[in-house]
Amino acid sequence: MTGEEIRQVVLDILERIAPDEDLSGLDDAVAFREQMELDSMDFLDIVMELRKAYRIQIPEEDYHNLNTMATTVSYLTPKLKDVPVAG
Amino acid sequence: MHYNTVIIGAGMSGLSAGVRLAYYEKSVCILERHTTIGGLNSFYRLRKRNYDVGLHAVTNYAAPGTKVGPLSKLLRQLRMKWEDFDLRPQLHSSIAFPDCKLQFTNDFAFFLDQVATFFPAQINGFKKLLAAIDGHDALNLERSSASARGVVQEHISDPLLIDMIFCPLMFYGSATPRDMDFSQFVIMFKSIFCEGFGRPFDGIRLILKRLVKHFKSLGGHLKLRAGVSEIVQRNGEAKAVVLDDGTEITADNVLSSAGAAETMRLVDPGRPAVQPVAGDISFVESISVLDCEPASLGHNETIVFYNDADTFNYERPQDPVDLRSGIICSPNNFDYSRPLEDGRIRITALAEPDYWLQLPEDEYQQLKMKWNDRIIESALRHIPDFRAHVVDTDVFTPRTIRRFTGHDNGCVYGAPEKFVNGQTSVRNLYLCGTDQGFLGIVGAMLSGITIANRYLLK
Repeated sequence: MTGEEIRQVVLDILERIAPDEDLSGLDDAVAFREQMELDSMDFLDIVMELRKAYRIQIPEEDYHNLNTMATTVSYLTPKLKDVPVAG
Repeated sequence: MHYNTVIIGAGMSGLSAGVRLAYYEKSVCILERHTTIGGLNSFYRLRKRNYDVGLHAVTNYAAPGTKVGPLSKLLRQLRMKWEDFDLRPQLHSSIAFPDCKLQFTNDFAFFLDQVATFFPAQINGFKKLLAAIDGHDALNLERSSASARGVVQEHISDPLLIDMIFCPLMFYGSATPRDMDFSQFVIMFKSIFCEGFGRPFDGIRLILKRLVKHFKSLGGHLKLRAGVSEIVQRNGEAKAVVLDDGTEITADNVLSSAGAAETMRLVDPGRPAVQPVAGDISFVESISVLDCEPASLGHNETIVFYNDADTFNYERPQDPVDLRSGIICSPNNFDYSRPLEDGRIRITALAEPDYWLQLPEDEYQQLKMKWNDRIIESALRHIPDFRAHVVDTDVFTPRTIRRFTGHDNGCVYGAPEKFVNGQTSVRNLYLCGTDQGFLGIVGAMLSGITIANRYLLK
């Protein structure tokens, strides 16, 4: 997956978790929590959705990498670069 | 048969936990002793009419699209849509005490104004209480307990206002008599006064059926007529459950909504129900089917919480039914775009469990109807006399509740002592539902979700 594809994967997950949010104006450099109503339960769901779709384990000490879209994509890029987009 | 998790009870909490586990591809099986789903909040058909049991209203109402609050959190966690619950808001409700009536709607500002109007000397204290409620993290699973009456009395001095605030909150969720834990008080206060009531046009069956459909579509298994008679444990670890017919199902984890005392008896059948103690707050409900809408008789209120005594006495009564107080609910009085099939008045009052559990069957049927008439008569101070319009009647008692939920004493809100972190003395056996301690329909569902997230999705 390219960085752009990974971004779309994360965006799809956010849409599933928070269908009432308008994500069209999401700023990649700003924390998700500052732009959306995400609580710790939702946050855990991002991790679990990634695990479900791509079998990647994200240890708790790495959660801070999922702060913004930009940091999430750069954190996931080495883990997903050889993985195709899931159907 | 082996599952990652076996869930005991297909009520709101068990089904919600099941949805979470199945969504994340855990093999999960929900076992329900009865022929239908729902447990405490269920539905049935009698003489060609649909009835709801348990639910008067879904608390924690939020308008579709709301991004914060328990209902929104719940829908997100279940990956369900607002339309799935189809909640329509209440019209208006009230707390009716001798010489004083406070009305409330799903708009909290209206209730605040009512308090200011009828208790002008208390409004500043009431606002301080609101600040204390806002600042309290009631969903913290490691919380400590405090007397709600103690906290409320720090801010409000008029005992009438205190009783009036407590009345709906206790009626809709207190497992303990007279006082509540402050965290439970906060959960109930927000869910009833700040968020308010809603109901699907089709009643509780709509939510339950959609939960089950969703659960099954995710690959979850549901077995009805599958009561658990034993939880097999070795060295403090649950290994399997044994069904009433002797079938054994092994599992890595067991999640039980059967109640704390009831669950521990499944682990050790010889164990007396001493520790933990089961609750004993239960109710009798009179359900009247009318040939007209309650509104046509002049009754527009969704729910009336009434008390005719000098003080509000929320406790196991001496008499079979405590006629001094109760709840009048009209499922018709929600903001629907079309009328329900028929008119309904449900009146619920505190009941003495032992009396109802011990009656011989023939007397039981007669006495149910006798107390039905008394309950209605006592409620007529708060609703126009609808008796000439009654075309059918049903009554439930603590006996009915025990039969359909398996809870000792037919208790409705579970054990007085909650097991908020969901753990038991058996390492991989967890509790959800009323004895875990989140309240109301939305609370019950969040209970299952929270315990599943915390222990079973690792």
